[in-house]
Amino acid sequence: MAKVRVLVGTRKGAFIITSDGARRDWKVEGPHFGGWEVMHVKGSPADPDRLYASQWTGWHGQVVQRSDDGGASWEPVGNAFGYEGVPGTHQWYDGTPHPWEFKRVWHFEPSHHDPDTVFAGVEDAALFRSTDGGHSWTELPALRTDSRGNQWMPGAGGMCLHTILIDPGNPKRMYVAISAAGAFRTDDGGESWRVVTRGLSSNFLPEPEAPVGHCVHNLTMHPSRPDTVFMQKHWDVMRTDDAGEMWREVSGNLPSDFGFPIAVHAHEPETIYVVPIHSDSQHYPPEGKLRVYRSRTGGDEWEALTAGLPQRDCYVNILRDAMAVDSLDSCGIYFGTTGGQVYASADSGDTWRPIAEHLPGVLSVEVQTIP
Amino acid sequence: MTTIRIALPVHLRTLARVDDELRVEVDGTPTIASVLDALEAGYPMLRGTIRDHGTDRRRAFIRFFACGQDLSHDPPDAPLPEAVASGADALCVIGAIAGG
Repeated sequence: MAKVRVLVGTRKGAFIITSDGARRDWKVEGPHFGGWEVMHVKGSPADPDRLYASQWTGWHGQVVQRSDDGGASWEPVGNAFGYEGVPGTHQWYDGTPHPWEFKRVWHFEPSHHDPDTVFAGVEDAALFRSTDGGHSWTELPALRTDSRGNQWMPGAGGMCLHTILIDPGNPKRMYVAISAAGAFRTDDGGESWRVVTRGLSSNFLPEPEAPVGHCVHNLTMHPSRPDTVFMQKHWDVMRTDDAGEMWREVSGNLPSDFGFPIAVHAHEPETIYVVPIHSDSQHYPPEGKLRVYRSRTGGDEWEALTAGLPQRDCYVNILRDAMAVDSLDSCGIYFGTTGGQVYASADSGDTWRPIAEHLPGVLSVEVQTIP
Repeated sequence: MTTIRIALPVHLRTLARVDDELRVEVDGTPTIASVLDALEAGYPMLRGTIRDHGTDRRRAFIRFFACGQDLSHDPPDAPLPEAVASGADALCVIGAIAGG
């Protein structure tokens, strides 16, 4: 029977939550790297026992951990992230130039085909690649130099490259997203990049439809449709069907179109999920009701999913990398909260229940479906 | 060769997989730079966690104490106190105290 492994990064360590394919009984194991922030843990599609974890504190900086046995044991690998050349400056919060400085890894995206190849999205925003299992890292600098990097500015959480999507059928095509810069696409494996923000509008910008400066919170893509990408922006849920050449808003009847994560169903490319949050100044659900919203039409028309989720006095947030899906039938949906709960649905979102309730604040959730 | 005792904060002891003080061997007059060079050579997982890659600049929330003195702002190539060089006292790597 298949097994499900949920990889949870929290403010005080990593946890691994497992179940068999029935997804009824769950075992919580951890913390790994207790006391450190674990920004993200992700497994290799090419070897599910190969995991990469981003471990960080303000005291000691970045550590990269690798497991070759599904998280039973870990080995620190390379943590030297040096920008190529003289990286220059980006915009600071007050608009003044600020030197590029590495702070931490927000997201790992392992290759679909090679467990030793993995991409890292970092703060200050840049994309790095390792081809030796994380021992050494090389920047793909054209992202900064081709894409008006000197105009990027940090969001409240820092100037982070937080989302990396790789087309499984064409690994040279990737999308990345940066707060607060926008969305970017490469068609040549990172040698060159295009700003793909046409159709986005952000009222906080002096020029709302400027090419860069948009606070993109998360992107998702169904592997069978690499030209269709869904976006949760600071405000607005968006989609593109031409690889980012033009975006259109699909927020429809959502109670708020502010939020952080967005996910797509494993078997239904037009079924997507968001978690509306009241506003950018109030990072909690509208009316104190934790509701996942599902659209089966690729956006515009949304239904609230509430069964099993708290519908009163709930004031947690769900961060951008804290929602993921498994590939069982019916698709499982998982998300973690800043209050330390991890919720799971084994029926595409119809019903939910907590599979962990008292963890440190959840920063990220990834799911592996292991045959 | 001189043997230097180093006391690490708990997170770095965990990372280095040691339970107590470390000892490193240093050629010549021991300095903070030479002691950290030896520490990172013996425990490469600590690279970047006490001082930055590339610049070797002390991380902002790290301090170096020994013999009742704060050595954090001394030049990295300044000789360490005799009590550290003789092994009577340890060089303490301290993480800034924070609570709440």
